Amino acid sequence: MATKPPCFDEMLNEDGTPRAAYAAYHKWFSEQDSTHLKQKARDAEEFFRRTGITFAVYGDDEAEERLIPFDIIPRIVTARQWTKLSRGIEQRVRAINAFLQDIYHRQEIVRAGRLPVDLLVKNEAFVSQMIGFTPPGGVYTHIVGIDLVRTGPDEFMVLEDNARTPSGVSYMLENRETMMNMFPELFSTIRVRNVSDYPKNLRASLSRVAPPACTGDPVVAVLTPGIHNSAYFEHAFLADQMGAELVEGHDIRIVNGRVAMRTTRGYQPIDVLYRRLDDDYLDPLIFKPDSVLGIPGIFDLYRAGKITIANAPGTGIADDKAIYSYMPDIVEFYTGEKPILKNVDTWRCSEPDSLAYVLDHLSELVVKEVHGSGGYGMLIGPAASKKELAAFAAKLRAKPANYIAQPTLALSTIPIFANSGLAPRHVDLRPFVLVSPDKIDITPGGLTRVALRKGSLVVNSSQGGGTKDSWVIEDD
Amino acid sequence: MLGKTASGIFWMFRYLERAENIARLIETGHRFTLTRNRGRQDEWRSILSALGMDAAYRASHEEYNAAQVVDYLLRDKTNPGNLRNLIDSARQNARTTRTAITRELWEAVNECWICVNDALKRQVREAELPATIDLIERQTAQVRGALENTMLRNDGYNFSRVGNFIERADSMARLLDVKYYVLLPSVSFVGSSLDNIQWETILRSTSAYSAYRWLYPGRASALGIADFLILDRRFPRSLAFCYGKLTDNLRHLAMSYGVQSDSLTEAERIYAGFASLTAASILEDGLHEFLVDFLAQNRRLAAMVEQEYRFNS
Repeated sequence: MATKPPCFDEMLNEDGTPRAAYAAYHKWFSEQDSTHLKQKARDAEEFFRRTGITFAVYGDDEAEERLIPFDIIPRIVTARQWTKLSRGIEQRVRAINAFLQDIYHRQEIVRAGRLPVDLLVKNEAFVSQMIGFTPPGGVYTHIVGIDLVRTGPDEFMVLEDNARTPSGVSYMLENRETMMNMFPELFSTIRVRNVSDYPKNLRASLSRVAPPACTGDPVVAVLTPGIHNSAYFEHAFLADQMGAELVEGHDIRIVNGRVAMRTTRGYQPIDVLYRRLDDDYLDPLIFKPDSVLGIPGIFDLYRAGKITIANAPGTGIADDKAIYSYMPDIVEFYTGEKPILKNVDTWRCSEPDSLAYVLDHLSELVVKEVHGSGGYGMLIGPAASKKELAAFAAKLRAKPANYIAQPTLALSTIPIFANSGLAPRHVDLRPFVLVSPDKIDITPGGLTRVALRKGSLVVNSSQGGGTKDSWVIEDD
Repeated sequence: MLGKTASGIFWMFRYLERAENIARLIETGHRFTLTRNRGRQDEWRSILSALGMDAAYRASHEEYNAAQVVDYLLRDKTNPGNLRNLIDSARQNARTTRTAITRELWEAVNECWICVNDALKRQVREAELPATIDLIERQTAQVRGALENTMLRNDGYNFSRVGNFIERADSMARLLDVKYYVLLPSVSFVGSSLDNIQWETILRSTSAYSAYRWLYPGRASALGIADFLILDRRFPRSLAFCYGKLTDNLRHLAMSYGVQSDSLTEAERIYAGFASLTAASILEDGLHEFLVDFLAQNRRLAAMVEQEYRFNS
């Protein structure tokens, strides 16, 4: 087993003194009584339970509702760091939209020899029905989540782009509400940038991409797969906060050439549909014919300018893990600038030399499925047994193009408030980005996910991860 | 508002009303076993009948034993209409109508669900029964409070009230029908005093006991009780009261939607019908026939509302 490289802790220097970002917080924290804080941690859990911020887990018998564990120690980033990060995020998101516009039109990037054509046309996430069509306002990814990891004072890297239906923003908002409820005194002494405008900005941003058929104030609706979806709370939360209807496929019908929802006054046309449903289920006439969650015929109306779908179908190609390794080229190709945010080094197992390297160094690497998500189907070399490594090597040899590999990163840590006191745990950060025709809007902070198990690098909530409130604080 | 959302709110308050009704019936039944003839099982049986659960109960149980009936009504998995399931459904509906209810209302329903679920995890021992019923009644009262104090008086509010009063009228009529033999003319019509136990039970299970005593101190007559529970517009569970509220709420809906409403016309017709009735005429023409007819009309009205406001299609 490889020895673990030392990790950067975001709160504390090696000598145990606080870093600049945490100076004020650390001072406050050191004055607190730990019994009192433990009570606050329980209060926070109670607050989440009472407000119903849960996700459903379905077992054999009854539905069970769980809380995503919340840790009371915030993630803190300074305004100076944030300025740099947000410039990098904005550049990347611009490039993603330009890339999508290009690959569904002239495919200049392929013509220029910067991207193999097979990666596009043979990719399951490529939606050929989007070819030649430009969505209203030219926006493909209205809502994006960029997963960042940190390895040092100034080393932030993009681990993953989420250009389909990124989730977690409701936790970003509710974590802040909870913290303000638990520790109001912190927010009156430390200037933390506000996040609560997100729903208002989301609505404004969606309203700016109304389709040509829209005549008045755009009608926005959120499409959910239903109450059994694990992110249902978030769908209802966002619809509620935006003042939009929360619809399911069976509330919708095509009436007079518009996608319309059944209201108590009859069918009312929808202008902008924020769908939290995968492409595959969106329109049974085009994609999965047996999908009962979607709306038959919506795609034709979309192309005819009768409705805007956010995010546009076919955006998944931009966050495909096989495409990921080309992101530095993609950013440079469309923006003419060097990428501000680095990628994590990535070996494409489809390439024989890379595959050979990956097989030789399997115990040091993280190997991911190209189309996987949520931390499933992934190998963490240093944590795997000999048997697991051998089994994974066989899978790799059988289908190399299905995998990419990355070095095991020395992810930064932030302490969590554990029973025994402060305990460092690995974290990542997912800032949320809204794209409209004239504007890119990044909420200061984002969702910090934390691997609660000691030494674990997996932050996904499905795999025992928790969350923290994430602060961008003003420089003094 | 989506038709589905209107339906969700309407049913949320039907479920809550029904749950409260079950809690009240259990309270009455339990009191009855403590104060009256212990050997008698009829009381539990008539409670099950009033809830339309007697046949299903008998299919899985041999006797009307208090502990078993209480468990059946509160949480027995063989009973899909148990109180725990009702609260669960109400909360599920609140989740799906989150965009149309206030945060306070949602949190009250959610807390009600958390507390009731917790209290009903295991079979409730007799010693805990009064406290448990009390908890249920307080929790549902908090939900009503949140509705009244925080909801905009819009269509969502009116659908919640319509659901509430349709359910209330339904349960009152069912209860009266189960007990109608007590009020039969042959037994007690000409002002003779009723069997104490029976009338007390009817009044207690409709929360009418003290109100009735204020109005008719020391005089329990079939006529008085029938008048009070069916026609008295001051008593908030009487059929006439429910229909007064239904016409108000349906009128608000029709006015805010600017539509000609069939359900409003029908509710007004039923409500106006009460004015031409007296307790004596109802008992004379047959209480059972009156109630059967009323229950059918009430069901029809619910179906009209569902259709008119596109709950399902």
